[in-house]
Amino acid sequence: MIIDINFVGLIITSIMASAVPLILASCGELITERSGVLNLGVEGMMIIGAISGFALMTVTGSLFIAVVGAMIAGVLISTIFAFLTQTLITNHVATGLALTIFGIGISAMIGKNFVGIPGKEFPVLFKSLKDTIPFLSPILFGHSIVFYFAFTLPFFTNYFLKKTKLGLIVRAVGDSPESASNQGINVKLVRYSCILYGGAMCGLAGAYLSMIYTPQWIENMTGGRGWIALALVVFSTWNPIKILIGAMIFGGLTIIQFHMQAMGVRIPVQFLTALPYIVTIVVLVVISRDSRKIRLSTPSSLGKSFYKDN
Amino acid sequence: MHKIFTRSLVSSLVFLFTLTVSAVAKDVKAAFVYIGPTGDHGWTYQHDVGRKAVEAAGYKTTYVEGVPESADAERVLRQLANSGHDVIFTTSFGYMNPTNKVAKEFPNVKFEHATGYKREHPNVSTYAARFYEGRAILGTIAGSMTKSNVIGYVASFPIPEVIRGINSFTLAAQKVNPNIKTKIVWAFTWYDPGKESEAAKALIDQGADIIAQHTDSTAIVQIAEKAGVYAFGQASDMDKFAPKAVLTSVENNWGPYYVDRVKAVANGTWSQKDTWHGIGDGMVVISDLDSAIPSDLQAKVKKLQADLASGKVHAFTGPIYDQKGGLMVAEGKTADDGMLAGMMTYVKGVEGDIPK
Repeated sequence: MIIDINFVGLIITSIMASAVPLILASCGELITERSGVLNLGVEGMMIIGAISGFALMTVTGSLFIAVVGAMIAGVLISTIFAFLTQTLITNHVATGLALTIFGIGISAMIGKNFVGIPGKEFPVLFKSLKDTIPFLSPILFGHSIVFYFAFTLPFFTNYFLKKTKLGLIVRAVGDSPESASNQGINVKLVRYSCILYGGAMCGLAGAYLSMIYTPQWIENMTGGRGWIALALVVFSTWNPIKILIGAMIFGGLTIIQFHMQAMGVRIPVQFLTALPYIVTIVVLVVISRDSRKIRLSTPSSLGKSFYKDN
Repeated sequence: MHKIFTRSLVSSLVFLFTLTVSAVAKDVKAAFVYIGPTGDHGWTYQHDVGRKAVEAAGYKTTYVEGVPESADAERVLRQLANSGHDVIFTTSFGYMNPTNKVAKEFPNVKFEHATGYKREHPNVSTYAARFYEGRAILGTIAGSMTKSNVIGYVASFPIPEVIRGINSFTLAAQKVNPNIKTKIVWAFTWYDPGKESEAAKALIDQGADIIAQHTDSTAIVQIAEKAGVYAFGQASDMDKFAPKAVLTSVENNWGPYYVDRVKAVANGTWSQKDTWHGIGDGMVVISDLDSAIPSDLQAKVKKLQADLASGKVHAFTGPIYDQKGGLMVAEGKTADDGMLAGMMTYVKGVEGDIPK
């Protein structure tokens, strides 16, 4: 069959749209983990963001308030996690899991009143340019602001970690909180900030799902994307650019398998459905096999509690 | 003296009130087990509308939502049977074995299983709706209104219920337009808005200008609205989610059946039954037709609806051929219920293979 270049453009656009929540949540979690904190509550924070965004949009009618509100909701719920793990020194893994369960439960409870309400249309940028250049313009133009933000975020994150003083501080805290503390860095403050930032990004990822990607509220609508985002962080060996690659591969294979089905390609569907998970992990493991680099970028104190003796 | 009088008056009033309440409530308790959340605005939502009808008829009801089709279902059923429920409706295909297993342990509790075929014990009934009749109507509309002659269909799992729907839809569409192609995409989920919309998007990108769905969320009709193509609502009227895209919806109307069966339990007339109702009995309802459907087609659809209801027209009337050209139903014959219930082959004109 003849593959039309515009058709490829459309597929790439769908892939990018499906990668947005993964990129946002992973980049947020990456900063949290780089400061030495393992927050397994990504799924919970995302779903809280999803319901908060949708609820605020329905109640206030303002998309701006809804998006900002979803990020604040992510910050608030991650504050619980930060307080528990940093102030009360609880176990990161257990607290994170509890956060996910809590998020799913409370979002379902709040969401009861928002089921069956259609969402609002989210404004897109550069809509008039959408048909100007074949292939390229559907990829570049006519998306929401969150979309553009998501695709620049990995580069900013990379720059922040590698080139700024603050990024260095975050990495220092994640590698050796004791040394950082001896240098006069307030470890607790840095970790608190990184956790709250991660919460904000997860909240935004959730809001993207409930307000832009599939504008509606339904229980459990994050559908495990939080866990995939978590896996992306680990398999990308804490490198934001590789997160971008991983999210694109994952989103890509999910969508391409639907296209292959629609074209009538005779491969067992079950295999196609499993493909995104397998290939994403394999590719990320292969591109990250340099053990020296892994050692350099893995936060050595990940998931370890730190408390200062006075 | 005065005090005692008041007190006895109050207590006798309370007693009277309790009597009245219990007389209205008829002491029958019905329980419902749902696969999804009641807020899916699709399959489970419609069962819950049915439950509310039972409640409105004066019976007590409870429900458990989001019950997985696994050993969990057995635990939930046992719990409900133990806590004084007289009749339990299990509303998903995958509850078939758990329902029969638990029914054996509680011979005094009545069990009603939706969309299954196993009735291993005298206290198990099954019920289902002939959704394929509704899909024949959707197929007629789709076949007449498509311009690209490519119709997309997002399917959930390869079970007879879904295959039957695809076949009925395709046969009806072919009847009005022999050139159409039905492209199927299996999402392998009943309910995942993200995945469902990705599947729908893939079909639209490949040229489908009408999308049908056999999954439960409203994501697909919204994607259709955005892309400017047509779609059909599933299980409930989804028009308000996509006013331009939704041409009509096939609604599941369980209320009358539920009220009927709970009443039968209350009167002691309940007996084992296998119910398979369609448009004629009101279990399958076609929502209002959108104004985008031209008036002559509207008239045609209304007539087909009436004929399906009266039994004058059957959605599976021969000659019907399978994909390889083998005869499935001979000319002038209609498929019997046994064949429909176990339908696991595509008819001619459907693209691709059924996943195994």
